[in-house]
Amino acid sequence: MSPTTTPRSTTPRTPGADLPEHPDSLWRNPEPKKAYDVVIVGGGGHGLATAHYLVKNHGITNVAVLEKGWLAGGNMARNTTLIRSNYLWDASAAIYEHSLKLWEGLEEDLGYPILFSQRGVLNLAHTLQDVRDSVRRVEANKLNGIDAEWVDAEEVAKICPIVNTSSDIRYPVMGATYQPRAGIAKHDYVGWGFARRISDAGVDIIQGCEVTGFVRDGDRVTGVRTTRGDIACGTVALAAAGSTSVLTDMLDVRVPIQSHPLQALVSELLEPVHPTIVMSNQVHVYVSQAHKGELVMGAGVDSYNGYGQRGAFHVIERQMAAAVELFPVFARAHLLRTWAGVVDTTPDASPIISRTPYENVYLNCGWGTGGFKATPGLGWVFADTIANGEPHPYAAPFSLDRFTTGALVDEHGAAAVAH
Amino acid sequence: MQLIECPWCGPREEVEFSYGGQAHVPYPESPAELDDEQWAHYVFFRDNTRGTLAERWNHGAGCRRWFNAMRDTVSYRFSAVYRTAEPMPASVPLTGAGSSSASATTSTTTSTTTTGR
Amino acid sequence: MSATLDRPERAGDPQAPFRTADGGRVDRSRTLTFTFGGRSLTGHPGDTLASALLSHGVHQVATSVKLGRPRGIGAAWAEDPTSLVQVEEPFPEPMLLASTIELYDGLVADGLPGQGRLADLPDSARYDARHLHVDLLVVGAGPAGLSAALVAARAGARVALVDEQAEAGGALLGGTDTIDGRPGTAWVEAAVAELAALPDVMHLQRTTVFGVYDDGFALAVERRTDHLGGAAPQHLSRQRVWRVRARRTVVATGAHERPVVFTDNDRPGTMLAGSARTYLHRYGVLAGERAVVFTTNDSAYQVAVELADAGVDVTVVETRERAPVAWSAACGARGLPVRTGSVVTGTEGVERVTAALVAPRGGGAPEALPCDLLLVSGGWNPAVHLYSQARGRLRFDAVLGAFLPAEQLPDLDVVGSAAGTLDLEGCLFTGRETGRAAVAALGLPEVPRTPQADPTVDPPPPASDPDLLWVVPAVDGDASRQFVDVQRDATVADVQRAVGAGLRSPEHVKRYTTIGTAHDQGKTSGVVMSGILGELIGAGPQDVGTTTFRPPYTPVAFATLAGRDRGAMFDPERTTALHDWHLAHGAVWEDVGQWKRPRHYPAPGEDMEAAVLRECAAVRSGVGILDGSTLGKIDVQGPDAGVLLDRLYTNLMSSLKVGRVRYGVMCGVDGMVLDDGVVLRLAEDRWMVMTTTGGAAKVLDWMEEWLQTEWPDLRVHLASVTEQWAAFPVVGPRSRDVVGAVFPGVDVSAEAFEFMTWQDTQLEGVPVRLARISFSGELAWEVHVSSWHAEEVWHRLVAAGQEHGITPYGTETMHVLRAEKGYPIIGQDTDGTVTPQDLGMDWVVSKKKADFVGKRSFARADNQRPDRKHLVGLLPTDGETVLPEGSQVVDVPLGEDLPAPPVPMLGHVTSSYRSAFLGRPFALAMLQGGRERVGEVVQLPVGGRLVAAEVTGPVLVDPEGARRDG
Repeated sequence: MSPTTTPRSTTPRTPGADLPEHPDSLWRNPEPKKAYDVVIVGGGGHGLATAHYLVKNHGITNVAVLEKGWLAGGNMARNTTLIRSNYLWDASAAIYEHSLKLWEGLEEDLGYPILFSQRGVLNLAHTLQDVRDSVRRVEANKLNGIDAEWVDAEEVAKICPIVNTSSDIRYPVMGATYQPRAGIAKHDYVGWGFARRISDAGVDIIQGCEVTGFVRDGDRVTGVRTTRGDIACGTVALAAAGSTSVLTDMLDVRVPIQSHPLQALVSELLEPVHPTIVMSNQVHVYVSQAHKGELVMGAGVDSYNGYGQRGAFHVIERQMAAAVELFPVFARAHLLRTWAGVVDTTPDASPIISRTPYENVYLNCGWGTGGFKATPGLGWVFADTIANGEPHPYAAPFSLDRFTTGALVDEHGAAAVAH
Repeated sequence: MQLIECPWCGPREEVEFSYGGQAHVPYPESPAELDDEQWAHYVFFRDNTRGTLAERWNHGAGCRRWFNAMRDTVSYRFSAVYRTAEPMPASVPLTGAGSSSASATTSTTTSTTTTGR
Repeated sequence: MSATLDRPERAGDPQAPFRTADGGRVDRSRTLTFTFGGRSLTGHPGDTLASALLSHGVHQVATSVKLGRPRGIGAAWAEDPTSLVQVEEPFPEPMLLASTIELYDGLVADGLPGQGRLADLPDSARYDARHLHVDLLVVGAGPAGLSAALVAARAGARVALVDEQAEAGGALLGGTDTIDGRPGTAWVEAAVAELAALPDVMHLQRTTVFGVYDDGFALAVERRTDHLGGAAPQHLSRQRVWRVRARRTVVATGAHERPVVFTDNDRPGTMLAGSARTYLHRYGVLAGERAVVFTTNDSAYQVAVELADAGVDVTVVETRERAPVAWSAACGARGLPVRTGSVVTGTEGVERVTAALVAPRGGGAPEALPCDLLLVSGGWNPAVHLYSQARGRLRFDAVLGAFLPAEQLPDLDVVGSAAGTLDLEGCLFTGRETGRAAVAALGLPEVPRTPQADPTVDPPPPASDPDLLWVVPAVDGDASRQFVDVQRDATVADVQRAVGAGLRSPEHVKRYTTIGTAHDQGKTSGVVMSGILGELIGAGPQDVGTTTFRPPYTPVAFATLAGRDRGAMFDPERTTALHDWHLAHGAVWEDVGQWKRPRHYPAPGEDMEAAVLRECAAVRSGVGILDGSTLGKIDVQGPDAGVLLDRLYTNLMSSLKVGRVRYGVMCGVDGMVLDDGVVLRLAEDRWMVMTTTGGAAKVLDWMEEWLQTEWPDLRVHLASVTEQWAAFPVVGPRSRDVVGAVFPGVDVSAEAFEFMTWQDTQLEGVPVRLARISFSGELAWEVHVSSWHAEEVWHRLVAAGQEHGITPYGTETMHVLRAEKGYPIIGQDTDGTVTPQDLGMDWVVSKKKADFVGKRSFARADNQRPDRKHLVGLLPTDGETVLPEGSQVVDVPLGEDLPAPPVPMLGHVTSSYRSAFLGRPFALAMLQGGRERVGEVVQLPVGGRLVAAEVTGPVLVDPEGARRDG
């Protein structure tokens, strides 16, 4: 054999073990200009999507997205990428379903292979009250035009054969809600897809640029102080999950959020075994299998406030117990990597999309565990709110003043285990 | 995974404790006299400090007592623990020295309270 | 050129031609048989799967994930990026490294192209966890770790020495170093023996510390029986998690050799240089017969010389212009050629390297040097993973070309080569000194002891500065076969593209290229990627930094972490004193929190509906008995108990007279209903608070929180007595007869024993409390007795009830009976958004009290809306349909079809049953402006059609309360 021949395989490559290539060009790394019409604080999914829809829907391109670290490196890089819209209340259903519809066209809109895979989500019910709550949510979803159905344990086993639906486990599966249009996407690809689009459209993405203060003039903010200099602005949009309170404290605006560590983990790459997404509040785990083959899992937040992007291992151990209880086949899968993000939780487990006491400052925060799935929907709605100076109808129920009036959007039931 | 110094029991594993949020937010004297916004701030709004925060903790799987603590929300380290009847430490030495610092700050705890006797 | 050419005869093992004639730490007296890739092969105890494969000349293990290129064995332990296998026998386990699997008889394994397979059968192995509290945790039992452990243990410290390999010794196992003039392994054996003889030393081998957390917490996994294969005793846990809490930690985890990237550097036969030395000395295996050693530093010379001594034909390719003086004599004596100022620019071969292409570093035509083994050393990366997990900062050391610990952490030290001290003497010294410093820091009392001499070693040869070379530029400029992450098939070209795309952060480049995301989490590729990135963007490695080191250090099986918390032990099961009786009487169970409660007791042939109709009818017409022991019970004592209850309940409790009972509701600060139940005043300063089953713990916590944190001045004590008291409601028109018969000393007449009162009595000396409370509207007594005597009292009640047809009933019947009376279940009819007013319970909200928890929230704007949802009854107009719980009431006029979404919703069904008493189904619902809709007919979509239902008040049975007194 010729010594210059490249070895070729006799084994075909494993399906799904590889991902589409990223493009040769992603984004510019410009120096910040002196002023922008809109300064978006936070270069995560929400900030990038907001910039995208400012450009696309409102023709606003003189925009900067400021990111204190690396682009899409906060919760965008740390979430478990579940996308669904089967929330209970009308207000939540409206914005999450709007988002899901945008997800369904996002690959085309961005021209980027975001690997949106609509594989469905099962939310398992293990108690009679779980069943009641599930049916209630399914019925509400259907009336809101969201695909949802109640399936019994037998159907659960058909949709996801590896779920332990036997009656001899501690909390037998009594059924589940099923949303077939739910899915997963590849988070980096989503963030980068938005970034590439907006960078091409003239939006400046400025990384390593931490906001250190605001220049105030009465009830207006005229500029932001950053580690890369002062930047004047027409409008400021805060989309800095995990750092929201740091920013609002600078503005003397009180926001009812508490930041908690939320851990997630992956296994090594495994042959396809898990065809859908399964979530369980009672047994407390959620799991999907990503495109490359790794099992991706999460559970509840760590109990205490924490910005450290790490959590305690007993949370992971409990999660593993839940995973093996529900999926005996996972016994000898291996934990490969654990990490944590910082989730901003609110009293009613719903986000805050709101005007602030400053006439040109808009606030988007408090998504808890719902942020990733809301990315395009929030971007659309927040951009509209910024462009028109008043809340988009889908944003209106999520204003800050609901905590004063008491008109909460209590999604603890739908969001309890997260995602 | 912290080793938390309960002011009554000494150092115990984090799993024995539950978190109670920001400390020193007293129930209003006369809730009826507050307007809706003031009331909402009591009900729903708490500091979300990035740095040292005075917090409430409960040793639920031990003595069941509530106590207060100063803790860094970035490093998660406790710099002081103190009983509910005691004032917040005026200045907190953030030594970052882990359990040894915790024991140093709590060994001086001498006052007693009337709760739970 | 083939690996099988020119094979010298080596005595002893014709089946394993690459096994040396002697030496190594394998037990040659025993032969193990295993199967790899369908081939039956042999090895010895002490082998790894990789060493056994190499002994047969097998290098290719698998093919790569993306390109399908052959992949071999890249190293001798966990840093190996390539040798992934699937174990099939004795139990399937995916994605293990051949280089870390201890060989056992009957092992069956196959190579893996990057993805593993999960077993489709239950894992019957056991797993468990233990806690360990020590003064000093030493991670790594190499020379540095052993030294530290010895010093500390001799001083009386409680020490845990934890090491991931089968035996202690670390690098000494795979080398030829001597200590005190004896083989290093002899020193190791003596040290281990001394540690074993010292008190308070826990020495764990085959145990990997995979995570370091706060306050000296570390997690380790011990592989207890894996090395026994199918012979593993079933009664032993296969793997064990150690949860170690250490006052101080010494990290002595060694260093990983770093590769240099060049074209076609992925061919089997390409290996880290030091690993070949380990295979030789530890396993008695030659990784090849003709080796090219490509190095940037001195360490590979020892490998070259020792391989040459073992009969391997070795050529050294040295990037530096001058070979190290210290090694020139040794090379010269062996006629070992050293090509200085040269690099390997590529390889040849198909399934195995057959030649290294060697060229002058400055350029020039490559020459093919035939070889079957290409050993590479680009220097050493200290294993800083655990230090980094402990949030220690790293600095780039330009001389070593590696990231090192940059700071002293308060309670964690890094020693030996993990800290960049690569020579044996330095390892022994830093381990020892750090051990001494740790003892001092721990403040341990001085223990008088015989002074022990510090071990001595031959001084290392004088070292010359290593080169720093990340990648040898491709001769043809094509970097697409220059593998940075061999497992992920990620190349220098990928890094170039990432930078070209605008990426600067190593976190971005990692995600763009997937470098460092594979099974090995970048142990050999991560730093190289940072180096290449730095060169491309004109920044130093220090500025580029590394990606984050995250737990676990090496992968850990899910089942190991789940431990014993599986199956029945996943969550505790709480059972009442009558559990066995219920079981014997055919109860169907309902999980309520952690409790097992009988849901109903079907008679033979009955389904649930029939059973519940029978049970309901029996209660309303005769008498039934329920095990209500799971209800939460809180003993509230103290002079200020009434004050506390007044502040927490919406109604006034302090005015309750001793001997009486009152129903109460608790709200959260937000004014939403939290829990409900009855309160018994037992004495002036003593109360019994009853809660819902699911709310018991929450309510006690809630009361404690207010008491301790807001009102510590109140003299009140709280204690849960849920388990101490059993509680049996005896319910129905005949209940008076039953209770009267069992407790003849009690006057159970309506006059003598009023509704909402309680009385104490005795049954043969056993104290019993009777309370006339009713959750069904029927005449009823709740019988309270200590759990110890519960079964006997239950039997007496059942026996006395026989003549009245007493019927045990479960939670389902209880729910039907209470729903017929419009009594809500908190958590079923409410969902955390419901106020007492929404439930139509204005009467339970005191107007007299100035304040109570939740009161202020009632005045908020949203609470004043007339269209809030109210609790109402629903009667399906067809008299037949049982509305599914959860059904939505839609705002669609009668006669109209369901419009297209979104359809406005008015509320939902919270409870729904077939009523034996009413002879029809009925439901409770939360309905917008419900109280104003009574009499209206609303519609609900059920199974594709609209069902009409009349809105009623929530009380459907006996609204006048005539049945209460029997």
